[in-house]
Amino acid sequence: MIQYIKNIWAGISSSLIGMKITFMHLFVKKVTIQYPDKRFPVPLNARNRLFVEMNRCTGCTSCARACPVKCIDIETVKVVADDPQQEMLQSGLKRKLWLARFDIDFAKCCFCGLCTDACPTDAIKHSTEYEYSVYNVKDLLYKFQTLTPVQVKEKELMLAEFQAKEKANKASAGTKATDNKDTDEKTEKE
Amino acid sequence: MENANFLYDLFGKNIITIIIVICLPLVFVLVYALIAILAELKISAWIQERLGPMRTGPWGILQPIAEVVKLLQKEDITPTNASKLLYNLAPFIIFTGAYAAFAVIPFSQYFVPSGINLGLFYVFAIGSISAIGLVMGGWASNNKYSLMGAMRSVGQLISYEIPAAMAILSIVVLSSSMNMQVINQAQTGWFWNWYLFGGPGTIAKIWVIPFTMVLCLIYFISSLAETNRVPFDIPEGESELVAGFHTEYSGMKWAMFFFAEYANMFVVAAILTTIFLGGWNSPFNTFMQGPIWGSFWFVAKACSIVIVQIWIRWTLPRFRVDQLMYVGWKVLLPISFICFMAISLFVMLK
Repeated sequence: MIQYIKNIWAGISSSLIGMKITFMHLFVKKVTIQYPDKRFPVPLNARNRLFVEMNRCTGCTSCARACPVKCIDIETVKVVADDPQQEMLQSGLKRKLWLARFDIDFAKCCFCGLCTDACPTDAIKHSTEYEYSVYNVKDLLYKFQTLTPVQVKEKELMLAEFQAKEKANKASAGTKATDNKDTDEKTEKE
Repeated sequence: MENANFLYDLFGKNIITIIIVICLPLVFVLVYALIAILAELKISAWIQERLGPMRTGPWGILQPIAEVVKLLQKEDITPTNASKLLYNLAPFIIFTGAYAAFAVIPFSQYFVPSGINLGLFYVFAIGSISAIGLVMGGWASNNKYSLMGAMRSVGQLISYEIPAAMAILSIVVLSSSMNMQVINQAQTGWFWNWYLFGGPGTIAKIWVIPFTMVLCLIYFISSLAETNRVPFDIPEGESELVAGFHTEYSGMKWAMFFFAEYANMFVVAAILTTIFLGGWNSPFNTFMQGPIWGSFWFVAKACSIVIVQIWIRWTLPRFRVDQLMYVGWKVLLPISFICFMAISLFVMLK
């Protein structure tokens, strides 16, 4: 009987305690952030969308090789010595590789940050931008190259001419051991 | 109380006024349900330290309208193996049961749709119709979760109707009337004339005050169970039964269930107001007392009880079935009997 009354009292009193707690929560400052109007401050080291500074990038493809999901796609063309358009890198050195293509597919990117660690010149970095959803998944393929497709064609042609010239020079220089040279050139091209 | 209806006094008792009298509570219920849904959304959000709906209108006050529009557009599915007639009938029966109770609710001194002498008896009888609707919906859905929900709800309604009936009967004994208008009139005056505080009478009533207060609590708990509200929402326990008896319902038919739940909440709150909290009487004697103030007091008291119901919903977790039966049969029922006996004894000796 005593236990019975104790149980009833415990039931009523604990309900009242619970109601008091919920009542107090009615007047607490709310935690909701009204998102599109107000934003949560993103910390500076947050890993969001990648950004590439093209005048720092040397075209070493370290980032593409470091990427675990292969979302970075880089194509380079060697800079020919007599190219009229020479570019300086941020570090003050001459550019040795034209970046014919520098694509990052953010549909694949997993924001692991391994590419930023691998980059020797700090060209590829995470920005604080996180609102870039699109209707078509193809729009998530970001192209960072600075050269136009026409320019890329030009550079490729220039390199091919240069290589042909060099080949001719070498061919005229020595007729011995041509087989060896051929194989060497093939590996170079690749 | 010959004619407790101002519309009949003004326009005479003809077919048009009767239709107006029938429709007035419906208009009230529609408006009230929208506000109650908003209150539910907002209070639940505030208790959880959220903001709740904020986009539809200023501070989200148009959210219930948006929800109704959404529900109207939804596809109305009838399962292939469901019993078509019963399945489609159930939501309307539940709402009819909830709405029929409004017939005797005294909104004001001069407005009660039907001032019958057996008001409380009628409310209690008509309240059981919703149980038929629940079983109908649960059975006809041909879904085991629906059926289990319906079974649970019937078990719950039957167990909790008895303590609720005892609480109401005790007040009937005190007031010696089942007419809700007469009960309200007996409580005129200061708030200590309410039946919560023993009703009108001399200082001797101090002996019944503890019993009436306990009965008020018992009626409130039982009314939560009758409306299937948390912590007595085991008929629709989401974690066990998907949604209980209305698992298969969608669109407007589901909305009818929802609507009936809110209408039922108001009905039980109105009965509690009438029999314990003085109905349309002002708490301060003649201050703000009158037919129009009466409706204000009535709706204000009933709505604050609805808010307490919402508040409890977001405070307490759900009962287990055995706990529910324990509370119903072993706690509420004996205590309500004791209170009933004590009050009867008091009335007899008075």
